[in-house]
Parts: sequence; C-alpha cells; structure tokens
Amino acid sequence: MITDTPNPLEISTDYPLESTRAHPPMLTPSYVFTRKRAPHRPLRVIPHTLTELSGPIYGHDSVQPLDNDLTKQGEGEPIGERIFVHGQVMDEDGRAIPNTLIEIWQANAAGRYIHALDSHPAPLDPNFYGAGRTVTADDGTYTFTTIKPGPYPIMGLNNYWRPAHIHLSLFGPSFLTRLVTQLYFEGDPLIQHDMIYSTAPESSREAMIAKFDMSATKSEWALAYRFDIVLRGQKNTHIEA
Amino acid sequence: MVTNKPKTITPSQTVGPFYAYCLSPVNYKFRMLASNSLVTKDVEGKHITLRGTVLDGDGLPVPDALIEIWQPDGLGRFSGHHPLLKTAEFKGFGRAMCDALGLFSFETVKPGGAPMRDGVIQAPHVAVSIFGKGLNRHLYTRVYFDDEEANKSDPVLNSIPEDLRSKLIAKEIEPDCYEISIRLQGEGESVFFDV
Repeated sequence: MITDTPNPLEISTDYPLESTRAHPPMLTPSYVFTRKRAPHRPLRVIPHTLTELSGPIYGHDSVQPLDNDLTKQGEGEPIGERIFVHGQVMDEDGRAIPNTLIEIWQANAAGRYIHALDSHPAPLDPNFYGAGRTVTADDGTYTFTTIKPGPYPIMGLNNYWRPAHIHLSLFGPSFLTRLVTQLYFEGDPLIQHDMIYSTAPESSREAMIAKFDMSATKSEWALAYRFDIVLRGQKNTHIEA
Repeated sequence: MVTNKPKTITPSQTVGPFYAYCLSPVNYKFRMLASNSLVTKDVEGKHITLRGTVLDGDGLPVPDALIEIWQPDGLGRFSGHHPLLKTAEFKGFGRAMCDALGLFSFETVKPGGAPMRDGVIQAPHVAVSIFGKGLNRHLYTRVYFDDEEANKSDPVLNSIPEDLRSKLIAKEIEPDCYEISIRLQGEGESVFFDV
C-alpha cells in the first residue's frame, strides 16, 4: 500500500479572491436567464486545498495538430471571412501559461450553430463544424484559424441579436484557474447592446474584445484578431526559484 | 521577483446552450476529450456510480447544465500531481451533460481522502463545477459521501453551518450508487463555494 503524500510545500501558495471581482455577479437580471439560476445565498469562502490547487488532467494526446484550424474540418472550404485568432495566455502577474488547453466553439458565418437545438433559420455550412482545440506553446501563445462567426438572434426574445462571438474554455494550471468566456470583435455595434457582454463589470468587460491586428494578417489569405487571455495567478509566486 | 501591477483577469461568460458539440460531443462527430466515465484499467479504488439532478429556482430541470468533476483515486492521489500518477491512464477528470430531466451520471471510483496544506486528511470528496445558460460564472461545490466516518472531522465540511452540510453529502441509494441533488436556487438550495 502506498502511503506517501505530496510535499505540502508544493501547495503552499493560493490564489487571491479579489481578482475574481472581474467576473460578473451571478445575478444580472437584464440577462434574464440568471433570474432562476443564480443562487440566493452568498457563495461560501473555503480554504484552498489540494483539491482546488491541483488541476484537471485530460488526455493531452487527444488534441491533434489540425484541431486549431476550423477551416479544415469539411471536405471543402467553409463560406465566410477567413480569420486568424491569436494571442497569449498569461496569469494576472503577466507570467505566460504554457501547455494549457483552449477549446473554442462558435456559429458559422451565417450565425448558425451546428448544435441540434439551434433553431435560427439560417443555413448550416456543410464544410463548417465550428469547434476547435489547441494547447498553448511554451510562451503561452496560441493560434486558431477559423471563419468569422455571424451575429444571431436569441430565439424567443423580441428582435434580440447577439454580437458575433467565439466561446472559449480554458483550464489553466489548477481547478481555480478554470475559465469559460466569450471573445467579441472590435468595432461590432451589437456589443454595447448585448446583455451577456454587459454582465461583466465595466472595468473588465473590454478585456473580452479582440483587437483587429493588421500585423498578423496574411496577404491574400486571412485577416487577424488578437485576443490575450488573463487567468488567475498564485500569490507569493515570487518565492519560486 | 514579480513587480508588475497585476492585470485584470479575463471575465467569465455563460457557456450558453450550444456547447455540446465541442465540450461534450457525445452525439457529434468530434473526439471526446473527457467523458462521464473516469474508470480505467489502472485505477485504484472501488467502482461507483455518482449521479444527480440539477434543478433551477422553480425546481425545474436544467437540461443544458454541464457538470465537470475532479477527484483523486481511491488512495487520495490526484493524477498529474502525485509522483506515482504523473503518467497514469486514470485522469480523475470527467464531464457529463444533463439530460432533459436534469439528470447526470458518472462512472468513477470512490475517492480517497486528500490532504489539506497542513497535512490533515480531508474526508473523501469530489470537486464539482456546474456550467449552464444563465450561469455567468460556473458554480463550484463538493460532493461528500454519506458512509464516511471522516465527514465528522472534515475541516471544510465542518466550516459549513450544520443544517446545510447534508446538501453536500451524496446518499448511497443502492449498493455503490450515490445520489446528490444540485439545486441552483431557492428551496433546498445547494451550498456553493467562493474559491
């Protein structure tokens, strides 16, 4: 029987809670779906233990090289504006986060998801699936090639259109760094009307807007947007060698 | 030494209703990264089913909820962290989507107790994240087990008011099958953590 336990020194730092004030509150009545789903009782603070400080492991080999090119998932080229989305994943102290999983999903150029329950009467694209994965490089950088998604209406609400966006899911180094967010595109007039974008505090919401990046465009091929992502970071990490 | 002023973290947004074909593509042609089965050939521990329901403030099912779990093996060892589980087939991470009735189910092993920072062993538990439409941030809770003596001395469980502790404890409803109710809001509301 194995009885050894990990060295407690490995988990002697934790993550400041104040940083999470950048997140939206659970209840934002203007985003109507929070009304019956946001807990009434305040969240309870508990110490960070090995459970929280260790992090989800998945099969790293389940991410393959072409998974970050959403224009190569069909037999032909998908319809729409081809773009690169690239950036760097770092923690709140600016340290690069390497080897972390990013999953993305999005609507096609017409604003339609391949999801079976999407009833928006816009066409599916037989050459566009709309999901991708990648793992950040040693310097925390990542790149996706995709099609710029179209805006779409939320069905059942009166003339409500969501701005074009890409959903992102990141793991980071621990259970506490888990993040699901959305990327919006600079200059989209629908952003300021969006009830989901606006759930985030004014001080942090602009961090969700990807910037047009002329320097990363590729001649006669694709435009580019830059989107850096900041995850929570551990306190006292300056002690690390 | 890091002296830069901290950056604002990227805020969370709802996972929305249409994530399945990426995050949990059971019914789509996309490779699964994690599923609702955590059991592997190499894992130490007793095989169990952990299942439950996710209900909203009206007691109605949340069919679009995504549940992620993270746990050690039956000896309290986290994959990727414990020196002997750096390259194990067992990952300890699972994902399951709720069905139309808000039901989810995992095939896993009963976790062993993992240590606090001071070395005190916690009662066996599973970390649980809940994502869904209308959840601006994912919710975090833990699931303990009703047949564990160690619950009585668990530091986290005992930091919760006594009348709420039972909401964190799954009941063994048949041999090796444990059930938990996750109520997002209102009567019977679950206990969610700010971590």
